[in-house]
Amino acid sequence: MADTLVRNGGATDGPETTLDEPTQVAVEKHPRAIRWMHWLNFPFLSIMIWSGLRIAWASDFRQPRFDEDRFLPESVWQLLDLDRALARGLAFHLSFGWFFVINGVLYATYLAITGEWRTIVPRLQSLKDIPATLLHEMGLKKDAPKTTSQYNVMQQLAYSTVLFLGFIVVFTGFGLFKPTQLSFIIEIFGGYENTRSVHFWTTLSFLAFFLVHIAQVARAGFGTFWAMVTGYQVQDVQALEAKETAEVGK
Amino acid sequence: MKERKIISVEEFEKKGRRSFLTGLGAATVGVAGITGLNVTPDRRIPSLMRSVMDFNGDLWQALYREQALAPTFDHSEAEDLIFNGRWGVRDDEGEPLPLDLDNYRVEVAGPGDEVLASMTIDEIQELPYEEMTVVHKCVEGWSQKVTWGGTRFSNFAALFPEMMQLPVVGLQTPDNVYHVSLDMDSMLHPQTLIAWDMNREPLTSDHGAPIRLTTPLKYGIKQIKRIGRVQFSEERTLDYWEERGYDWYAGL
Repeated sequence: MADTLVRNGGATDGPETTLDEPTQVAVEKHPRAIRWMHWLNFPFLSIMIWSGLRIAWASDFRQPRFDEDRFLPESVWQLLDLDRALARGLAFHLSFGWFFVINGVLYATYLAITGEWRTIVPRLQSLKDIPATLLHEMGLKKDAPKTTSQYNVMQQLAYSTVLFLGFIVVFTGFGLFKPTQLSFIIEIFGGYENTRSVHFWTTLSFLAFFLVHIAQVARAGFGTFWAMVTGYQVQDVQALEAKETAEVGK
Repeated sequence: MKERKIISVEEFEKKGRRSFLTGLGAATVGVAGITGLNVTPDRRIPSLMRSVMDFNGDLWQALYREQALAPTFDHSEAEDLIFNGRWGVRDDEGEPLPLDLDNYRVEVAGPGDEVLASMTIDEIQELPYEEMTVVHKCVEGWSQKVTWGGTRFSNFAALFPEMMQLPVVGLQTPDNVYHVSLDMDSMLHPQTLIAWDMNREPLTSDHGAPIRLTTPLKYGIKQIKRIGRVQFSEERTLDYWEERGYDWYAGL
């Protein structure tokens, strides 16, 4: 290879080109562990929600519901095979629940040990940026407030909230799983039916987060999505340098 | 802010292909795994899940505290219990099964079907009476507070002291359509009763007259109605609902 370069020595393209400052680079955004744990949540939560629906579908008596009726159209619950599937629902829910719990515990431990939690938990002083961030997101304000994290304060609030929801859904889940042995959980939430309601509505909040999350990623573009797959996101060198200068200047 | 690694766009594209293939591989393994789960069902659910159910049972049994009691409530909070399980008390057409109280006998057997006693309801009702208001939970997800009256199973078992060393108690309806087995720890728990009163009235046929099992430690599927036979045993037997995909432990 080196010989070739020497023989082509006179040409100005060749080695010089690669030494040229590139205009774009890829910057690390999400560590590998985070990416795995993030994506594993998708199948785990899907299975938990599906098997949870099978459990909720088992009886009309005292179930957490929007109203007295079955809340999914017939075509949907037939497609999801919800009817008379309680035993299989319980088997899936109480097996895959462990995977969701283990994934969550590993995630929390990882955040705590690496200090990554700082990128997700908003700082108190950044809460004042909430209105400005919202206005910027809605396109009503040109400049976004400066952030110390790769996420703005609204993202941080959303991601911390969903972590909290994860904790609540697991905590109430254990209460419902062992309402006698862990009766203190049932007491905290004011009874078995109330605990089921919290478990149910927390799951719906998860779904709401999921929809907003998908919409926001779609809005942010393919690069944001692909960064959660590869770990890196392409950025213009100029913009990167400008940002670094701004940070040093602080 | 944490130091972030920076790589060239070429390297990023290479990483992208690699990550895509890894993701595709993981998704394939996942889908194959879920599909493969159903290949060898064990008592109507994937055998792997049967193992997790058994693991769950063992785990919570290990955490079981002998002295701990389930929450109890005042009788005024008791509700009318809905009728939800016909097996053993009604036939397939939904007609109540005949119940001849005068000739009703509860057969008590030890290991190897050795018959120890054939008891009348009067004999059982002579045992010390106790009342408790507890939450009755159904595996379907609902619960109701109910006041049960009867005798602790431990009083009954004490009539056959040598049998109390055995690990399992099997219970059947007189027609043997419905059957369960429970571990001896749960059976000897102070809140596990042989009940003949419900909400201070004699048990109705639909709720298991003349005697039924009740315990706040287990789901309703374990609280057998109309006990016709009690078998002290070395090994657990299949429950009616376990054969249909549910958990044997069914502990709360």
